[in-house]
Amino acid sequence: MQEIKTDITEKDIPAIEVKDLVAKYGERVILDHISFTVPKGEIITVLGGSGCGKSTLLKHITGLYTPFSGDILLDGRSIVYADEEEKRRITRFFGVAYQGGALFRSFTVGENVALPMEEYTRLSKEEIRERVKEKLKMVNLDGFQDLMPSDLSGGMLKRCAFARAMALDPMILFFDEPSAGLDPVSSASLDELILQIREKTHATILIVTHELDSIFRVSDRSIMLDAKTKKIIADGKPAYLRDHCENPDVRMFLNRGKL
Amino acid sequence: MAEEKNFLTDLFTSIGGFFYAACGEVFSFIAFTGRCAYAVLDAFRHPGKIRRRELLYFMDLCGADGVPITFLICFLTGVILGYQCAVQMQKYGADAFLAGLVGCAMVRELSPLMVSIIATGRTGSAFAAEIGSMKVSEEVDALRTMGFMPERFLVIPKLFAMTLMMPLLAVIGDIAGILGGALIGMGVLNQPPAAYYAQTVAWVRPGYFFESIIKTAVFGIIITFIGCWQGFRTGSDALAVGRSTTSSVVLSILFIIIADTILAHFFNSIFF
Repeated sequence: MQEIKTDITEKDIPAIEVKDLVAKYGERVILDHISFTVPKGEIITVLGGSGCGKSTLLKHITGLYTPFSGDILLDGRSIVYADEEEKRRITRFFGVAYQGGALFRSFTVGENVALPMEEYTRLSKEEIRERVKEKLKMVNLDGFQDLMPSDLSGGMLKRCAFARAMALDPMILFFDEPSAGLDPVSSASLDELILQIREKTHATILIVTHELDSIFRVSDRSIMLDAKTKKIIADGKPAYLRDHCENPDVRMFLNRGKL
Repeated sequence: MAEEKNFLTDLFTSIGGFFYAACGEVFSFIAFTGRCAYAVLDAFRHPGKIRRRELLYFMDLCGADGVPITFLICFLTGVILGYQCAVQMQKYGADAFLAGLVGCAMVRELSPLMVSIIATGRTGSAFAAEIGSMKVSEEVDALRTMGFMPERFLVIPKLFAMTLMMPLLAVIGDIAGILGGALIGMGVLNQPPAAYYAQTVAWVRPGYFFESIIKTAVFGIIITFIGCWQGFRTGSDALAVGRSTTSSVVLSILFIIIADTILAHFFNSIFF
């Protein structure tokens, strides 16, 4: 049989592709026909004021919510139309770090990071211990594996959540409000950590945030959601949007309320 | 005329809303039961995947930790039942039947009920609160996005622990209740210990202990299912955890009584 050759390579398939997404809570529309793609290796931030649907968008992309209509492809595979088994397979190539960390409180830091490896790999206990150590070292938490999550500070909790999200070396990482509730120093160190993670893992990173310092420091590109129109009102490099975006709301948001 | 029309519209809207919400609850419970059944089958297929540490933790929580309170409450129930019966039975010279009455009532009915009500308050509410607070802090979402089936992770160890430990607690409760009755038989009615023992053995058949064990195992499953289901249904605020905990206790007791009615009829048809 003749092999069909196409010009599309694996690298050309976007890491994330959101197609015409409509999200609703009951009758209330939250996102109205949203479309965007994220190429592999990019750091993208999703911004917008409170209640504009940033977290809702993240929950749809990670498969927690089913959209009213539209499709979401992760590395070319639809998470919307996947059956439970396929969905579970898709979840293995992304990692999520939640706003509050969402670490399992009855597990130690090390056990939290080891959990995905224990479930999905055939590594021996010794190998898992080594990999946990390596992941914790990446987030500057080496030596903390035997502590309980309740013993960690806010910044350490987030870094531990990053380590757990990276446990299976996923190709896409989602960070939900990574800097929320942190002091400026911890927040800046998390931004550096995100850049280091990208450099070491070449992962695509989608960050939901409204912390301006982080947006300008880490993102290659930003999209801004609007609570009124429920649509994307800006898409581009954050510094360009801040200075040249036609929409005054976007410029105002990125200039801390000043035009 | 317009007022009457508005009243009728409101009435039908309320009735419709009530049935719509009730159907939603029923479908949610059926879906949860289906996922749990799948998780149970999966656990039997891959027993190595059951997290042993959690299983042992919950066996300790549901079983060992509950022994003192179970013993005390069942013993006192035996004392109360024995005392109330002794006073009435003495009037008719039926003192000799006290051991049989207390033994049968405790083993067949009161001990399983008491053990289950204690477990509902101690364990069922703890299950609802644990899963509910995990939901509030996005831990359940984290399990889903890691590709885990939360029911397998959170329900199975609890379900197995409760099904194993509740019958053991029931046997302890049965013995405690009989001892409570014996205290009254010997203390108030001055019956010799040997006579009380002989009467108990004569009336309480070994099958009654089997009934007690089966009933508490079924009640254990009900408590776990409802506690966990309410936990998974928790909303996103801290108040919601309190609401789930309360609902889990009320619903568990309701379903335990319904199940007990059915099982009482079933076992009566076996024994008599």
